Amino acid sequence: MIFTFTDEQTELAAILRRFLQDKSPPAEVRRLMQTEAGYDPQTWAQLAGQLGLPGLVIPEKYGGSGAGPVELAVACEEMGRALLCAPFFATAVLAAGALLAAGDQAAADEYLPPIAAGTTIATLAGCEDDGAWTTERLATRARRSGDGYRLDGRKSFVLDGHIADLLLVVAQADGGPSLFAVDAGASGLARRRLDTLDQTRKQAVLDLDAVPARLVGAEGGAAAVLDQTLRLAVIALAAEQVGGAQRCLDMSVEYAKIRVQFGRPIGSFQAIKHMCADLLLEVESARSAAYYAAWAAQDGSDELPLVASLAKACCSEAYFRAAADNIQIHGGIGFTWEHDAHLYYRRAKSTEVMLGTPAEHREIAARYLIDGAAGPA
Amino acid sequence: MEATASSARREARDWIEENFDPQLSVRAWLERLADSGWAAPAWPREWHGRGLPAEEAALSYAEFNRVDAPGPPAGLGVMLAAPTIIANAGDELKRQFVRAVLVGDHAWCQLFSEPGAGSDLAGLQTRAERDGSEFVVNGQKVWTSGAHLADYGMLLARTDPDVPKHRGISYFAFPMRQPGVEVRPLVQMTGESGFSEVFFTDARVPASAIIGELNGGWAVALSTLGFERTGLGAGSGIGFRLAAPGGSRVLAQQEVSVGEFIAAARAQPRSFGTNSTAMIGGSITPLVALAAGLGRDRDQAVRQDIVRLYTLSSVNTWNGLRARAARQAGGRAGPEASLGKLMSSRIARQWRDTASLIAGPREMLAGADGPLDGRVASQLLATPGPSIYGGSDQIQRNIISERVLGLPREPDSSKTVPFRQLRVGTQAGPGEAS
Repeated sequence: MIFTFTDEQTELAAILRRFLQDKSPPAEVRRLMQTEAGYDPQTWAQLAGQLGLPGLVIPEKYGGSGAGPVELAVACEEMGRALLCAPFFATAVLAAGALLAAGDQAAADEYLPPIAAGTTIATLAGCEDDGAWTTERLATRARRSGDGYRLDGRKSFVLDGHIADLLLVVAQADGGPSLFAVDAGASGLARRRLDTLDQTRKQAVLDLDAVPARLVGAEGGAAAVLDQTLRLAVIALAAEQVGGAQRCLDMSVEYAKIRVQFGRPIGSFQAIKHMCADLLLEVESARSAAYYAAWAAQDGSDELPLVASLAKACCSEAYFRAAADNIQIHGGIGFTWEHDAHLYYRRAKSTEVMLGTPAEHREIAARYLIDGAAGPA
Repeated sequence: MEATASSARREARDWIEENFDPQLSVRAWLERLADSGWAAPAWPREWHGRGLPAEEAALSYAEFNRVDAPGPPAGLGVMLAAPTIIANAGDELKRQFVRAVLVGDHAWCQLFSEPGAGSDLAGLQTRAERDGSEFVVNGQKVWTSGAHLADYGMLLARTDPDVPKHRGISYFAFPMRQPGVEVRPLVQMTGESGFSEVFFTDARVPASAIIGELNGGWAVALSTLGFERTGLGAGSGIGFRLAAPGGSRVLAQQEVSVGEFIAAARAQPRSFGTNSTAMIGGSITPLVALAAGLGRDRDQAVRQDIVRLYTLSSVNTWNGLRARAARQAGGRAGPEASLGKLMSSRIARQWRDTASLIAGPREMLAGADGPLDGRVASQLLATPGPSIYGGSDQIQRNIISERVLGLPREPDSSKTVPFRQLRVGTQAGPGEAS
């Protein structure tokens, strides 16, 4: 395993950082988070057209860039730093990941090229009312109807579900939990944007009443698809958290150097500088965990399930601590609406409990480390 | 890069093929190592090294460890004194000391901390006063490991009390075996004695033994402390898993053959890894066994804590690997030394607390009656150490925030006042009754 980035990966980070400084400065984040759609179609088109980001991990034969988990992590880190308001995670990580994992050639041929081109926004509707990514207690049902299926039920916590053109829905079919493609314009589909803690990434609830759907992959195949999709998704999310946490640390350090109290910059007081030093340790450790997991995914390592969960738990807690301490270091100004600190605090908490809480991921790791589940000891 | 690394490895393998001979005495083997540069391949060529980057040196150690070849004696000579001398001293001192450390003629101790000068090391009071071609030393040091075995000490002493504290310190290669030196064992809270107090009464050191400049000892001390942080954090320096005995008091032990020495070490697995200075490991293995043995391995709190410990140990390793890879790629050396040291003490605390959670009331028992044969109790008692020794956690945080994050230093009025006027140690400050 290598522990450094290739020149191409470093270049990707630099290009994306410049792009996001230009297209997603804090004022733009604030504008977009208060819109119904929650993203800027023009910026999304440029992300696709100039940078090819929606198709980053989609193979070239479907019009994507064919990049791997490390490039994905690099991109997510930059987006997390900038709090980019865009349907990237839903489209490029969750939906594209599920389509690739499903192994359904016809569905891949039809859906992946427009996703890679940025013309289709897609998402994965895996959760129901409890917000858990599990196929074990699905209330949403699929029944055969002519050539296709009809779905009934309710999916919630659907990232960008209010704007997605293509919804990949997990539902219980006769043959077990299965993945279905639902068109945004399908009859019987009602969707409502949810009021979210983190306004920079929207979520929706979908009510499905005999909605026509197309099976993707085999009946009963959704559990394996989710497993594979989420394993990469938690690494991407962990990398996004590293970017956000780093930005919080940077904000704290910048402010501690210029804010003067008692005739000195507050950064000269050990009470403040020690908080900053501890945050650096948190952020560097989180970065190691996220990229170790990304490298493990790239190498197809046996360690992957273990280290993906370690990364998600570690990065979640590091981000939330960085976001909370950033507010504390800023004092009163950090508690205001006009300061950006709360935007990171909201994103940090929201991503901490998304795709499995830290405690849930540690329990997954415990099965390997304590119970000796197959995999690394 | 790959090509050089594997060529260093191949070179080591070839050299071992030709030179490693279990019939040799340990002494003769150490001399071979020292004179070929393989004892410390990362050191400069002209001073018994091969000038290899750390990464390549590590690969070459792997070759030596494959045959369990003993390396130079473990301890502060190899870890701190020789690197400090190579980096700061004149050629005469280098000739006198570097090889002697590698072949085990001299064992070293570190004479830095004093009762009144811990975190504020520059406030030290031990004084060295000129007397012809020598200096006369009076004062007291504390927390000295290996003092009773040491032949030389890295001594910081005040040579000018009339200038501010950082500017009147000199750094000596101080001979320990003389009448004016008294070593008294210091018993730690663990009940063990790993350290001593050292008292100097008109002890003598030649002026030629100053490392660096007269009154320029502070900068030299900082370089030693840098080597120490690196060593205590991620583990560094010499990579032989097995160390030969060293120091004039144990020289006779070098008379056995290399083969006999290795056989004795293999019979006692603890002999290996003595070059690693990490005193407390972060391994979850004994704790998983303890939890299973006590039927506590299904307890959610226990499971969470074990994974927390595993996470901290893992990220500490990965932080080190990332930093090393970045250095190798020619990037900026990262802040990993202080970060690693800070993480080590956190890992120790997590181990302690996880063990405590698992053991419950059994933690009241120690020794053979205690959980894990007393290891839970002994690690509990040892845990405060890592966050104090080698620069406390608080000092590491100062270093990280100032040197890595660029935060301003705390104003320190004592830096500009002549040492004589400071309130430090047993010295009263200005305007105070003496």
